[in-house]
Amino acid sequence: MNGQNEILKEVTQQDYKYGFVSKFDSDKAPVGLNEGIIRLISSKKKEPKWMLDIRLKAFKHWLTLVDKEPNWAHIKYPKINFQDIIYYSAPKKKKKLKSLDEVDPEMLKTFEKLGISIDEQKKLTGVAVDIVIDSVSVKTTFKETLAKLGIIFCSFSEAVHEHPELVKKYMGSVVPYTDNFYAALNSAVFTDGSFCYIPKGVRCPMELSTYFRINEANTGQFERTLLIAEEGSYVSYLEGCTAPMRDENQLHAAVVELIAYKDAEIRYSTVQNWYPGDKNGKGGIFNFVTKRGICKGERSKISWTQVETGSAITWKYPSVILKGDYSVGEFYSIALTNNYQQADTGTKMIHIGKNTTSTIISKGVSAGKSNNSYRGLVRISKSATNARNFSQCDSLLLSDECGAHTFPYIEINNKSAIVEHEATTSKVGEDQIFYCNQRGLSTEQAISMIVNGYCKEVLKKLPMEFAVEAQKLLSLSLEGSVG
Amino acid sequence: MLTINNLKASVEDKEILKGINLEVKKGEVHAIMGPNGSGKSTLAAVLAGRSDYEVTDGTVDYLGQNLLEMAPEDRAKEGIFLAFQYPVEIPGVNTATFLRTSLNEIREHRGLEPLNGADFLKLMKSKMEIIDIDKSLISRSLNEGFSGGEKKKAEIFQMAMLEPTLAILDETDSGLDIDALKVVAAGVNRMKTDDNAVIVITHYQRLLDYIIPDFVHIIYDGQIIKTGGKELAITLEEKGYDWITNEHAALSNA
Repeated sequence: MNGQNEILKEVTQQDYKYGFVSKFDSDKAPVGLNEGIIRLISSKKKEPKWMLDIRLKAFKHWLTLVDKEPNWAHIKYPKINFQDIIYYSAPKKKKKLKSLDEVDPEMLKTFEKLGISIDEQKKLTGVAVDIVIDSVSVKTTFKETLAKLGIIFCSFSEAVHEHPELVKKYMGSVVPYTDNFYAALNSAVFTDGSFCYIPKGVRCPMELSTYFRINEANTGQFERTLLIAEEGSYVSYLEGCTAPMRDENQLHAAVVELIAYKDAEIRYSTVQNWYPGDKNGKGGIFNFVTKRGICKGERSKISWTQVETGSAITWKYPSVILKGDYSVGEFYSIALTNNYQQADTGTKMIHIGKNTTSTIISKGVSAGKSNNSYRGLVRISKSATNARNFSQCDSLLLSDECGAHTFPYIEINNKSAIVEHEATTSKVGEDQIFYCNQRGLSTEQAISMIVNGYCKEVLKKLPMEFAVEAQKLLSLSLEGSVG
Repeated sequence: MLTINNLKASVEDKEILKGINLEVKKGEVHAIMGPNGSGKSTLAAVLAGRSDYEVTDGTVDYLGQNLLEMAPEDRAKEGIFLAFQYPVEIPGVNTATFLRTSLNEIREHRGLEPLNGADFLKLMKSKMEIIDIDKSLISRSLNEGFSGGEKKKAEIFQMAMLEPTLAILDETDSGLDIDALKVVAAGVNRMKTDDNAVIVITHYQRLLDYIIPDFVHIIYDGQIIKTGGKELAITLEEKGYDWITNEHAALSNA
């Protein structure tokens, strides 16, 4: 096996291809966190008083949690100094932008390097793209088409101004600021994010997409996303991320809340490719995310699909509260770790309504010296008669030095429940690689093909154009990761 | 095309090939026969470049190049195809997609344009007729859940698609019923030209009823101990391996 490991190492230890920094002028807050900073953020964003009040309440609560960061995850990292972070940074706008031509050419170049052409996206795929660079939404497209259907798709800041009644009603209704350490922090200091509202009976005709990008050295990015699907509506939302290379660790603590009413369906797909740190585990993004959706009405459905290949640390459990009878929750995940990356990710399926069903498919791929954990909770409440869950957690190992762990938690309080859990662990076989070699494929191509095949069940849940990107990303990430 | 000279190879310090000499010319079909454990499959693996085997001595010249210095994928691109005795399963990888990647890698190496989807499908269709392979197999994951016979047929189908210069069939006949055997043999015969060559590794003579070899070599204890024409295989079938191994032992002791 030694020969194979050598090859795997060679193939997987390539440098992060998205490591570059774009030169924008930026407008930053001073380092550190106190009430003054929160007031500054709020005033920079010209927020109404009610929003500032929410922030301050959350901050007050967060202060009670200091030194009580969650420590149960299977991850190790040096203590984060929350006073050593810049909490607000916005690219300076030279003027209002009406078309792509007016966008900073530096920024467009950045997107080109990432292989994301906005133009191409607009023309070929009909994706409306709301780009968030650092913390301020720069450009929103396709807004008019969406507006005709009554769909609201804008930056969170804009929603605070334009749709305060919706923001007030739903913000914090699924993830309250008291939920956890990072949710409290996010509620206090969030700078921007996306807001989406699909009215009753409307089927959103295009994939809604936001590309997040962390751009300023030492800037924590705190996204806030809120998505509401009214009765009988449908929306598919894509979130894709890449970040430039950094030596310092950057903190990212987003909150995403989804609300699905009766017969509504939300598909939320993420491709996360933030800087994972270098081969020696230096640098990389710390990604502590709280994502949760609630199936409020009967037959509502929320489906999370994630491809996590980036970040030094991923702490993320997109969950579904199945409140409405016959509601459906799904979680499809690929988590790929390489070098010294650590991922502790999974989901929570909380069954409350009758005849609720949930499906969990998790594919972990570990390479190098990385650690990859699946952590999932399936809770069947007393009221959840005839609830069903199926979980499948597979781990694929690409080296002898990596770790794969599974932590399934099952709580059943109703005897009518049917809960199934399957788990497998396998190693990429020398036989498989040699077979591919013998057909003219390089070892790199072979591993990429085998891993993509292994992840296929999840990849096929992604919207077409995203799936292609995700496949490329898996191959790219593996180029430096299998050892 | 292929000249093997005094080839020795071992696995985990155990010598398996103990000095193989073999010359294969364009247009020829060579059969390599021998009892279990004699080194037949090791020879195939070494020629294909499997890293588990350490070549300790000897040379292999393939089309004027030092084969032993080439990476397995480069050997494949240069036209060496190994039909595996136990083809591996690769879950989630569609057979057609795999083949198209493979074919286009080889084409690129030969300075040809990659085949587009339509042309690839056309080519697949024509080759599927030759091999008589079930269409559904092509759209499934590579070898996953295939029966033994289906796997072997799929190997021959891949061979037909990739049009190798030197095809090595490693016990392709084992586990096949007579009808499947005929289909596989017909496939091999159809792709045979004056410019390519085939090495058929087999334990039994019956495959050689359908693929007529120009030469039959008997391998025993890591060496080719007897070479003859097609009739050698028949004699072997009648008299069994004991005949040849006893003869060899007698000669060695003499």
